[in-house]
Amino acid sequence: MKERLIFGYDPFVLPFTLGMVFIILYLLVGTVRIILALDDSERKLILKSFFPLKLFKSIKDIILDCLIHVKIFKKNPLLGYMHSSIAFGWFMLIFIGHIEVMIYTPQRTGVLYYPVFFRYFVMETHETLRGSFFFFLMDLSLLLVLTGIGLAIFKRFRSKALGMRRTTKLRLGDKIALYSLWAIFPLRLLAESFTANISGGSFLTISINHLLNAFVTNPDYILPVWWAYSIALGLFLFALPFSRYMHIPTEILLILLRNAGIKSSMSRNGYAESEIYSCSRCGICIDDCPMTVQKRNIKFSSVYFIRLLRRRFDESINTADKCLMCNKCVEVCPVGIDSTRLKLLKRQEEYGKSRTNYDYLSTIEYSKKRADNVLYYAGCMTHLSPAIYKSLFKILESAKIDYTFLDSDGSICCGRPLMLSGNLEGAKNLIKKNRELIKASGCDTLLLSCPICYKIFNEEYKLKGIKVVHHSVYINDLVKSGKISLKKSSDSYVFHDPCELGRGSNIYDEPRELLSNSGVVKEASKERRESICCGGSLGSLTLSYNDREQITKASLKALLENDPDKVVTACPLCLKSFSPYNSKPTIDIAQIISEQLINS
Amino acid sequence: MVDFGYSLSPSSRINLDNFDQGRLTILSKIEPDLIKCIACGSCAASCSAANFTKINLRKVILLLHRGLDNEAVSLIEGCMLCGKCTLVCPRGINTRNLIRSILKTYKEV
Repeated sequence: MKERLIFGYDPFVLPFTLGMVFIILYLLVGTVRIILALDDSERKLILKSFFPLKLFKSIKDIILDCLIHVKIFKKNPLLGYMHSSIAFGWFMLIFIGHIEVMIYTPQRTGVLYYPVFFRYFVMETHETLRGSFFFFLMDLSLLLVLTGIGLAIFKRFRSKALGMRRTTKLRLGDKIALYSLWAIFPLRLLAESFTANISGGSFLTISINHLLNAFVTNPDYILPVWWAYSIALGLFLFALPFSRYMHIPTEILLILLRNAGIKSSMSRNGYAESEIYSCSRCGICIDDCPMTVQKRNIKFSSVYFIRLLRRRFDESINTADKCLMCNKCVEVCPVGIDSTRLKLLKRQEEYGKSRTNYDYLSTIEYSKKRADNVLYYAGCMTHLSPAIYKSLFKILESAKIDYTFLDSDGSICCGRPLMLSGNLEGAKNLIKKNRELIKASGCDTLLLSCPICYKIFNEEYKLKGIKVVHHSVYINDLVKSGKISLKKSSDSYVFHDPCELGRGSNIYDEPRELLSNSGVVKEASKERRESICCGGSLGSLTLSYNDREQITKASLKALLENDPDKVVTACPLCLKSFSPYNSKPTIDIAQIISEQLINS
Repeated sequence: MVDFGYSLSPSSRINLDNFDQGRLTILSKIEPDLIKCIACGSCAASCSAANFTKINLRKVILLLHRGLDNEAVSLIEGCMLCGKCTLVCPRGINTRNLIRSILKTYKEV
C-alpha cells in the first residue's frame, strides 16, 4: 500500500473539508456557550463527573445510546436496527478509516480528509492479510450503513412498518441534510468501487468494480464520482446545524451533562440548549402524546414545542400552556429529553406579574386536636368524590387505626396546580402554610388519596420525619401485614395508572398487587409507563373541554381493550373524568377494597 | 320620619362613561367561553378557597360585565387554581384558565 498522489491532495476534498471545519467550529462555539450559561455549582458538577467511575458510566451510556440505540430497539427492533446500523456503521467507517491512515500512511495522520477519501489517495502494491482484513471491515460497515439507509428510505413511504404512525414534518434544512445523507453512502460505494482496481477493496467494492468495468472503461469517470461524494458530505455538514441531524454530535454533550447531575433551570439556555439541539425530531412523542388523537392538535406535541424553542419563537408558550404534563413523551423519548420540565420552566418565565393575593393564608390555623399517628389530607379533588375518603375510613377503622382528618371542613390546595400554572411564588405560599399545619398536627404518617397532592408533598414539602404515603400503597401494606383481610370477588378489573402516580411517582405495582387480592386484574392495551392520561389533567391550562373529551374517550378505549368489569383508578380526578363517558363503572381503589373487607 | 327598617336599594346603574370595555373585549377574545356562562354558581359552591375568602367566579363574571373591574378582580385574587370549578362547570368552561386570563388582563386596576 502506498500513496498514489505525491501531495496527498486533490481539489475534490474541499467541500468536505470546509464542511468539517465549519461544523467543528460551530460545535466548539456551541459547547462554550452552553458551559458559560451554566452556573458555578453546575460547572463544579461537570468537573466532578470526570472521575473514572462516572466517566465510565458516561462512556457506556454514549455507546449504548448514540451508537447502538438500545432504547429505539426496545421501541421497535426494525426501527432500532435502522438507527444503529447507520450510527454504528458510520462510526466504524470513520474509526477504521483513521486506523488505516495511521498504519499505511502515517505521515498523513491528522489530515482531516484523508481517512474519508483514503481509497482515492492510495494504490495497492501487494495484497496482505492485514490489508484485506481492514478492507473487509470497511466494506462490511459500508454494507451495514447501506441497509440502514435502505430502511430509512423505505420508512419515508411506509413508516408504519417500522412502528411509527406519524413522523415530523421536515423543514428545508432537514430536507437538505436528509437527502444528502441518503446520497453519501451510495456515492461512497460507487466512488470506492470505481477505484477498487487501483486501491484494492473487498467483497463489495471489488465485485461492483468488475461489474462497472463491463460498462465504463474510461478511468476519467473516477473523479466526478469522488467529487459527488465529497459534495454530498459537504452539503450534509453545512446543513447539519439547521437540521434535525444536529443530535448526532450534541447528544454526546447531553449525556455527559446529564450524568453529571445537571437539570435544566432555564427553558432555552444552558442545559436546556443541549437538550433542544439533541432532539432528533424522530416524532416518537407524536404518536404517544394523548392530544394527538385529534389531528389538529399534533402541532402541540413536544417535538414541535422543542422546535419552537430552538428557533426562539414566542408561540412556544401557547404550546407549553396546552400540554397536559402527563410526562408520557419524556418516558418514550429515546434521547431522554425532559420536555415537561422545559414547558414548566417556560410557563414560569412567561408568568410575569399578574394579580394574586394569598394574604388570607395567615388567618388559617390548626384547629384539630393533636393528631393520631396517621393524618389524612383529602385535598381539593377528593372532596368532590367523598365516597373515596368514606371508603378509606371504613378500611382504616377495620384495621383499627386511629386517624385524623386534616381538612374535613375543606382546606387550602396542595400547591401543585398553582405550580403547574407557572406561579412558583404562589405555590410556595401554599406549601409553607400546609407544612405548618401538618407539623402542628404532630403526625408521623401523612395519608393521601390524590396523586397530585402525593407528588408535591413527596417532592417539594420536605417533611422531615413524616412518611408521605398514597392510599393505594398504604392499603396494600395493611393487607400484606394482615391488618385487614379481603374476600375475593369474581369481578375483573383494569387499573388506570394516573399520570402523577405512575410516571410521576413511579408507583405501578402496589395498586395492582392490592387489586389482585380482591379480583382478577386485566391488562389495558396501553398501561404502566405508557398509560394514557384521563384527559382531566390539571397540567394543561388552555386545552378545551371538547379536546379533553376526546382524550378521555381514547384513554377509556385502551383501558377497555380486554373487557374488564370495572375500571379502577387511584386518583379522584381520573375518576371524575372517566365516569361520564365510561360504559363500565369507574371506581376508586379504596371503594373496591372497602366492599371486599372481611370484618373480624 | 319613622324608620320602618326599609329603604330604597342603592342604584345599580352602570355609568357607561366610566366603563372601559377595552379589557373586556381583550378578555373575550382570549376566553371566548366567557359568554357561555349561565351564572349557575356551581363554581362558587365548589370552591376550596371560598372557605377563607369571598372568592366567587360567578360574581366576578357579572361584575366584569358591569364594568366594576377592581371589585371583580379583588374577588378572585386568592384563587389557588385547584381546578374544582372546571370539573363541576355544567357548560364545560375552562374556568381555571379564565381566572388566569382575568388576573393577567386586569393586572393593573
